[in-house]
Amino acid sequence: MDRQPLLSVRDLEIRFRMRHGDLTAVNRVSFDLARGDRLGIVGESGAGKSVTGFGILNLVSKPGYIAGGRLLFEGRELTALPEEDLRQIRGNRISMIFQDPMMTLNPVLTIGTQMVETILAHRAISRAEATAIALDRIRKVAIPSPQKRLQQYPHEFSGGMRQRIVIAIALLNSPALIIADEPTTALDVTIQADILELLLGLCQSEKMGLILITHDLAVVSQVAERIAVMYAGTIVEIGPTAQVAGNPQHPYTRGLLGALPQRVPRGGRLNQIPGMMPTLTRVPEGCPFSNRCTLCEEVCRRRVPPLEPKAAGCLAACHLLD
Amino acid sequence: MNTDTLVSIRDLHKHFDISGGWLDQLRFTGGRFARRKTLVQAVNGVSFDIMEGETVSVVGESGCGKSTLARTVMRLYPPQAGEVHYRGRRIDHLSREQFKPYRTRMQMIFQDPYASLNPRMRVRQILEEPIRFHRPKTSGSEVLDRVAEIMQQVGVDPEWRERYPHEFSGGQRQRISIARALAVDPEFIVADEPIAALDVSIQAQILNLMMDLQEKRRLTYLFISHDLSVVAHISNRVAVMYLGTLCELAAIDALFDRPRHPYTQALLSAIPRLGAKGFQHQRLTGDVPTPIDLPSGCVFHGRCPHANDRCAREVPTLRPQGQETLVACHGVAEGRLPD
Ligand SMILES: Nc1ncnc2c1ncn2[C@@H]1O[C@H](COP(=O)(O)OP(=O)(O)OP(=O)(O)O)[C@@H](O)[C@H]1O
Ligand SMILES: Nc1ncnc2c1ncn2[C@@H]1O[C@H](COP(=O)(O)OP(=O)(O)O)[C@@H](O)[C@H]1O
Ligand code: SF4
Ligand SMILES: [Mg+2]
Ligand SMILES: [Mg+2]
Repeated sequence: MDRQPLLSVRDLEIRFRMRHGDLTAVNRVSFDLARGDRLGIVGESGAGKSVTGFGILNLVSKPGYIAGGRLLFEGRELTALPEEDLRQIRGNRISMIFQDPMMTLNPVLTIGTQMVETILAHRAISRAEATAIALDRIRKVAIPSPQKRLQQYPHEFSGGMRQRIVIAIALLNSPALIIADEPTTALDVTIQADILELLLGLCQSEKMGLILITHDLAVVSQVAERIAVMYAGTIVEIGPTAQVAGNPQHPYTRGLLGALPQRVPRGGRLNQIPGMMPTLTRVPEGCPFSNRCTLCEEVCRRRVPPLEPKAAGCLAACHLLD
Repeated sequence: MNTDTLVSIRDLHKHFDISGGWLDQLRFTGGRFARRKTLVQAVNGVSFDIMEGETVSVVGESGCGKSTLARTVMRLYPPQAGEVHYRGRRIDHLSREQFKPYRTRMQMIFQDPYASLNPRMRVRQILEEPIRFHRPKTSGSEVLDRVAEIMQQVGVDPEWRERYPHEFSGGQRQRISIARALAVDPEFIVADEPIAALDVSIQAQILNLMMDLQEKRRLTYLFISHDLSVVAHISNRVAVMYLGTLCELAAIDALFDRPRHPYTQALLSAIPRLGAKGFQHQRLTGDVPTPIDLPSGCVFHGRCPHANDRCAREVPTLRPQGQETLVACHGVAEGRLPD
C-alpha cells in the first residue's frame, strides 16, 4: 500500500480485569485498512471480534481496558486522545452498526428527531439544514415515503427497515469508516441480502471504509475485499477474500471452510474440527490452535507463531507453513 | 429407500388467541360494543407426508410457522383443525394415556440446549428419566448400561455422567439433548433449529452425528431450519413455508436445481454464497404481512412480482409440477411464469 492507511492497528491488546487475574480477549492484533477498503473479521463466538471492534473506537467498557498497542486513525493516535476528541470521532468520522438496531435507536423519539439531534451534536448548522441531510440519508437507504417515515417511531418499522434506518444514521456525518458488528445476523436471508447489498453499494459510492464483523464466512466473502480470521483473541490469517475464502492457508481456516455444507457433496460427512475453542483462561501455550490442530508438532506447543506472509498475499500464523 | 408413510399431516391449522382478557377484547364499533378476538393464524392448512427413513426439512423465514407446525405435530399444541397420523393411525385426538406408547416413538430436539435441559439434574439423571418413565420394568443396572451406551453414541464420555449441564459446552449440551431423545429408542425425531445456536465447527459435529444416527437406526427426521445450505445438505425433501402455508414441497435436487414457486426462487437466490462477488438476489418489495391479518388469496401476492387479480382473490392449492414437486401458485399452474 503506497498511501497512508485510513486505520492502522498495531499489536492491539485488550484485557478484562477479573477476580483471578486478567483475561486477554484481544491478543496483539494488527492490520491496516486503506481509505474506502472493506475488511471482514470472521471467527466463532468468543473469538474476540466484537471486543476488537469496540477497541478500535477506544470504547472498551469496564472491566475491560486497552493494555497495549496503537490505533492510528486519519493520522491521530486514538489511544492517546482525550475522551472529548474521541466522542467527536465516534459518530462523525467512524460510525458503528450493531446486530440489534435498538442499540442505536431511541424508542421514545421519532426517527427524524434522532437523526437531526445526531447531526446537530457534531455540526453547527440549522435545524432545517439538518433535516435536509436526514431526508437525503433516508433516501439513500431506499426507504419509501421518507417525509412521512421521519415522523414515525422505531416500533413502527420492521426489523429490516430499522436496520436501514441505523445505516442512514451511520451515514449522517459522512464518516470515513463504518464498523458493522453482525448487522444482519438477526434478519431473514432475503432481508439480509438487501441490507448487505445496500451497505456494500454505499461504501462504494461514498468511498467509506468498512469493517464487517460476522461469524458467517459466506456473508463476508460477498462484501469484503480482505478477510481476517480470528481465533481465541488472535488473528490467525488475513488476506484477500478470494484467497482466504477459496484457498486458505491456516489449518483453522481450512477446518472452518471444510465444516461448511456448501463445500461438501450433499449428504457427505462434514469436516469436524475436534474439540472447541478454548475459553480465554485456558488458551494453550504456543499456538492457540495447537490443541485442536491435526498437524500440531512440538514447536507449535512451545512458541507462538508470528503472523507472517505466506502464499498469495496472505498472512498466516502457523509454524508449519512456508 | 422404503416408501412407507410414517407421519401424515393433513390440513393442519393452528391459531393462537392473543386477545387477552374479556375487557381487552371489547371494541366500540357502529355505535355499540362488540367482543373481538385477535387470532394469530400461525399454521393454515398444511398437508404433507413423511416417509420412513427420510429427512424432510421445513424452511422459511422467522415467524412463518415452522416451530408451530413442529409442535403441533408433536402434540405440544392442540390443532384447531386437521389431523396427524402416525403409521396410519390418527394420533392428534388421542388422550394422554392413549398417546403414551407414541411418546417413545416420537421425540423432539430444541434449538436451545440450555433451556431444554434441567440445570439441577446430572446428565445421568436427565438420561435415566425417560428410560424409567417409558420402560418402568428396566433394572437399575440395565438403565445405567443404557445411559453409558447412548452417551457413547452421541460422543460424550460416559465418565462425565455425574456432571451438570452447565459444565458442558453448547455443542456437548446439544449432544446430551440428542442423547435424551434417543434414550427411548424413537423412530421419528423432530428437530427444531437444533444447530442454530452453535458455531460452524460445532454445527458440523452435530450434523454428522445426526446423519450417522439416521443411518445406524433408520431414523426419520422432521428438520426445521432457516439455514438453507444446511437443509440442502441433509434433506431428502424440503417443505417451503410462507406465512403459515406451504408454498412448495420438493425433492432436494428438484428444489435447488429448479425452484418453481416465486417465493422459493427469491429465498434460494438470497442464500449467502461463498466466493460470490456482490449480490444477484431477487429483491422482494414490501414487508412480510402479519399472521393476524392474513392477506386474501395467495398469502404471497403482496410481494410477488407475478401476482395478478386472481392471486389476490383465490387461494392457490398445492399441485404437482413434474415428478417430485408440489407447488401452490396460480402463475405456475397457468404456465405464465418464466422458467
Ligand atoms: N465485559 C467482559 N468481561 C469479561 N470478559 C469479556 C467481556 N466482554 C467480552 N469478554 C470476553 O472476551 C472474549 C471475546 O468476546 P467478543 O465479544 O469479542 O467475542 P465475539 O468474537 O464478538 O463473539 P460473538 O460471535 O459471540 O459475538 C470472550 O471470551 C468474552 O467472554
Ligand atoms: N404461543 C404463542 N402465542 C401466540 N402467538 C404465537 C405463539 N407461538 C407462535 N406464535 C406466532 O405464530 C407465528 C408463527 O410462529 P413460529 O411457529 O414460532 O414461527 P417460526 O418457527 O417459523 O419462526 C408467529 O407470528 C408467532 O409470533
Ligand atoms: S399465486 Fe400469484 S401471487 Fe402467489 S406466488 Fe403464484 S403468481 Fe405469485
Ligand atoms: Mg460479537
Ligand atoms: Mg422457530
